[in-house]
Amino acid sequence: MMAGGDELKLLGMWASDFALRAKLALSLKGLSYDYIEEGLSNKSELLLSSNPVHKKVPVLIHNGKPVCESMIIVQYIDEVFTGTGPPLLPADPYERAIARFWAAFVDDKLLASWVQASWAKTEEEKAEGQKQMLAAVETLEGAFIECSKEKPFFGGDSAGYVDVALGSLLKSARAAEKRRGFRLFDASKTPLLATWAERFGELEAVKAVMPDVDRMVEYAKMGLAKAAAAASAN
Amino acid sequence: MASPVKVLDTFGSGFVHRALAALRLKGVPYELIQEDMSNKSELLLKHNPIHKKVPVLLHGDRAVCESLVIVEYIDEAFNGPPLLPADPYERAMARFWAQFIDQKFAGPFWMSFWSTDDESRQGIMMEAKQNLLLLEAQLQGKRFFGGDSIGLVDIAGSALAHWLGVFQEISGVALLTDDEYPVLCQWAKCYTDDETVKQCLPKRDELVAYFTANKERYKILANAMLQK
Repeated sequence: MMAGGDELKLLGMWASDFALRAKLALSLKGLSYDYIEEGLSNKSELLLSSNPVHKKVPVLIHNGKPVCESMIIVQYIDEVFTGTGPPLLPADPYERAIARFWAAFVDDKLLASWVQASWAKTEEEKAEGQKQMLAAVETLEGAFIECSKEKPFFGGDSAGYVDVALGSLLKSARAAEKRRGFRLFDASKTPLLATWAERFGELEAVKAVMPDVDRMVEYAKMGLAKAAAAASAN
Repeated sequence: MASPVKVLDTFGSGFVHRALAALRLKGVPYELIQEDMSNKSELLLKHNPIHKKVPVLLHGDRAVCESLVIVEYIDEAFNGPPLLPADPYERAMARFWAQFIDQKFAGPFWMSFWSTDDESRQGIMMEAKQNLLLLEAQLQGKRFFGGDSIGLVDIAGSALAHWLGVFQEISGVALLTDDEYPVLCQWAKCYTDDETVKQCLPKRDELVAYFTANKERYKILANAMLQK
């Protein structure tokens, strides 16, 4: 239960991986909040004043004070609302370090190479991005073994920090599978992650915030169309 | 009995310094294991198979990688003065600025100092200078980003305090100057003068010699980075 007088607002964008992480954390903790949808090109005064450095979503505003950067928001939620819902980070300092390491890996290696695979200028760079992306997923299969210790989630019995970091990518992964048959978590290559993805996606807290896959497919098509138009205009 | 702490190290690394500064501030004794990064040891490859980089903190049978992850681990695993604030909101702010330093300073600064493409460099230098202004504003009359004592953000920014001067001297490019950033320059002096932290800062003249010797390689790297 939230303490009397706690006001939570989340500035987000429905297709943003990073905003989804904040939503997942809030949802897993069972916290209620006001959600404000930001347009990509028409940023609100509230967003610009709450995140003057990056001017990006997500921003969590707690009792008027803004917290920025997705995984920092996740840690903040975990540290403030300790009595509410399951813990998102383990109690043990070493296990916390492992969780932080793997969340950073998801961003630096998996997400970065996915961006390269989708948006790089040359086919060669895209192919390299794709290769690195698949290598990163294979590495994460090992990470799952290390973190889960034979339990259902990276966080153990319940979804936690790394589940949120990686799980937010399911949104785009499902769209990519529907659109072009590409499987990020392929059961034949990374069986544990494939079942983890199913399991994570089935959580009520996750279903409540995961964007509709068809909407994601349309959005991806629009993005590609725009990029193609921009490229041909040069 | 406390488990021994070892740090895999290489000369001149600002990232390794972060781990060592944190250990010294917490009063944790440690042993340094020197790595030759052109000939990585079995120990390094075993304990950091993913990135194959230093620093790696070995605490008993645990291995922790990634400098800022290591600093938070040190803060949480050992007693001693806290490196992060107690208040969750202040902690979030500290993590934000540490991440900002990590994301905004490495690449653009590297390119500013070493790249030979003058035109592209101008834009990057402007961005670097704007980011320095943001940091300057964060100090707001405090001695350190952490307040009265050195904390996570100071440790994250330690390369700005000690290494930047070295790069500026070798490359002739001035980014962090007294007249433009008086508060940040004062902070840099406080950091490098600190009795605890200065024991694990590499000697300035040795850094100058080391980086001068590798200057041509950095130019190639910086120009390659610009292409991306």
